[in-house]
Amino acid sequence: MKAPSGKGGAAVSIEDVTKVYETASGEDVHALDRINLRIEPGSFVACVGPSGCGKSTLLSLLAGLTEATEGTLRIDDSTVTKPHPKVGVVFQQDLLLYWRTILDNVLLPVEIKRLPRQGYVSRAMALLDQVGLAGFETKYPPELSGGMRQRVAICRALIQEPGLLLMDEPFGALDALTREQMLMDLQAMWMRLGNTVLFITHDIDEAVLLADRVLVMSPRPGRIDLDLSIDLPRPRHPGEVHDVPGFAESIREIRQVFEAKGILRARFEE
Amino acid sequence: MKYAATTANGTKPGTAMNTVKAGKAKKKRGESLVERHAALLLAVTILLIWEGWVRYSGISPFVLPSPLNIIRRIFTDFPLLMSHLSVTLLEVLSGYGLAIMLGIPTALLIFYSRACERAIFPLLMGIQTIPKVALAPLLVLYLGYGWAPKITLAFLISFFPIVVATTVGLQSLDKGLVNLVRSMGASEAQTFFKIRLPAALPNIFGGLKVGMSLAVIGAIIGEYVAAERGLGWLQMMANSRFDTTLNFATVVTIAGMGITLFFILGQIEKRVVHQRELAK
Repeated sequence: MKAPSGKGGAAVSIEDVTKVYETASGEDVHALDRINLRIEPGSFVACVGPSGCGKSTLLSLLAGLTEATEGTLRIDDSTVTKPHPKVGVVFQQDLLLYWRTILDNVLLPVEIKRLPRQGYVSRAMALLDQVGLAGFETKYPPELSGGMRQRVAICRALIQEPGLLLMDEPFGALDALTREQMLMDLQAMWMRLGNTVLFITHDIDEAVLLADRVLVMSPRPGRIDLDLSIDLPRPRHPGEVHDVPGFAESIREIRQVFEAKGILRARFEE
Repeated sequence: MKYAATTANGTKPGTAMNTVKAGKAKKKRGESLVERHAALLLAVTILLIWEGWVRYSGISPFVLPSPLNIIRRIFTDFPLLMSHLSVTLLEVLSGYGLAIMLGIPTALLIFYSRACERAIFPLLMGIQTIPKVALAPLLVLYLGYGWAPKITLAFLISFFPIVVATTVGLQSLDKGLVNLVRSMGASEAQTFFKIRLPAALPNIFGGLKVGMSLAVIGAIIGEYVAAERGLGWLQMMANSRFDTTLNFATVVTIAGMGITLFFILGQIEKRVVHQRELAK
């Protein structure tokens, strides 16, 4: 299988974007400092870094949830100032509404955008089927396991065929085995749909496994320290990828950035 | 923070499933007749002991009437009890209805306006510490002997729990949910009706239930202080005439009214609030 050609993907361009927060004590914190970034349509970009490196800020800027202090963000040809209709977001928590059925949870974005519900029901069913949740449409979220719930959250983000899928540590709350399954499924789904993905994580392996391109970020101020292409064949299997030449090198290269910054320690110290 | 979210996510579905399984296991276990009707059996036993003791000891009905006599009295004086019940019920429902109609908007005001929150909320908390029944004599002084002081007392006493529960319900919403619907382009009105209100409903109903039982207390106390009708007044009359049987019959009627109102509210809650949350 080849990587998708970018049929449904949106292009992202970020120019000189700075985001400054003011803390309670009146200090300015540069969450992002003059970030420049272009993302090709249909590519899978992972963004890895420790807490506070601005990766989540980058995501919420693209989601239109916060405004940049300086600079512009574009999705395709439109400047992002408010939530963009072509963007779907998956958060770390599944954020399913317990009083709605699984199907109604998936259809929430359709309802909020006041689109005709009937037009999306079959698509919602198809999406749920693709993630192995056929037959769960009329169940309620508490009846599902954590992994199943996060799958529903992904279906909800995909219901409107978003050109850009933003994922903020989507598997961070899952156990290791479930997470591995989700990594496979996400990869398969992306290869089928071909939308642009920005995937935020603090897990280096996860980033290298999934992405065409890994952005390595470090905090204070939030900057992109390394922009690494991952040219490994797909599909990449979490159990086998360690043996694929190039995988270990990419991980080492990313680790070295963190070691140089003192975020990771290179060796045991006496 | 993130760790807390993780465990919450990880354990919730598991515990929900466990409770479902536990429920099924309970049914399967084949409870004995005694276990299934334990509460009813205890109540009947107490009543039997009461009845037996009254008969055996020959205690005067002025002091303690027997349960059977009380039941008989409820039947013979049914029209009387019902006519007074209708008065009290109307007072309860008026005061309670007023508390809902003013309480929920007040909670919205507190929730949406910081100035209102700063101004109203501490005041509410302060007033909540005053036992509202202590205001009953004052209400009679200002509002007279008619409907007004009873309705006002029922209102005052049930207003605060409704406001507080609704406010807390709105405030305790997961911020992630707000971000989620905002990322879908939701307006504040949509956020309110799709997220805030349904998420706050379990809390709101908690407040409504507390308010309901308090409203009954408010109306009865109002009638104790000064009235010409109503179950509270009937009880005072029975007291002054040493008609202890009627006194007990009135207590049973008041309890029956309270239980019925509570049951109706519970039924509404079952329909409006999703059961999963109730099961928790």
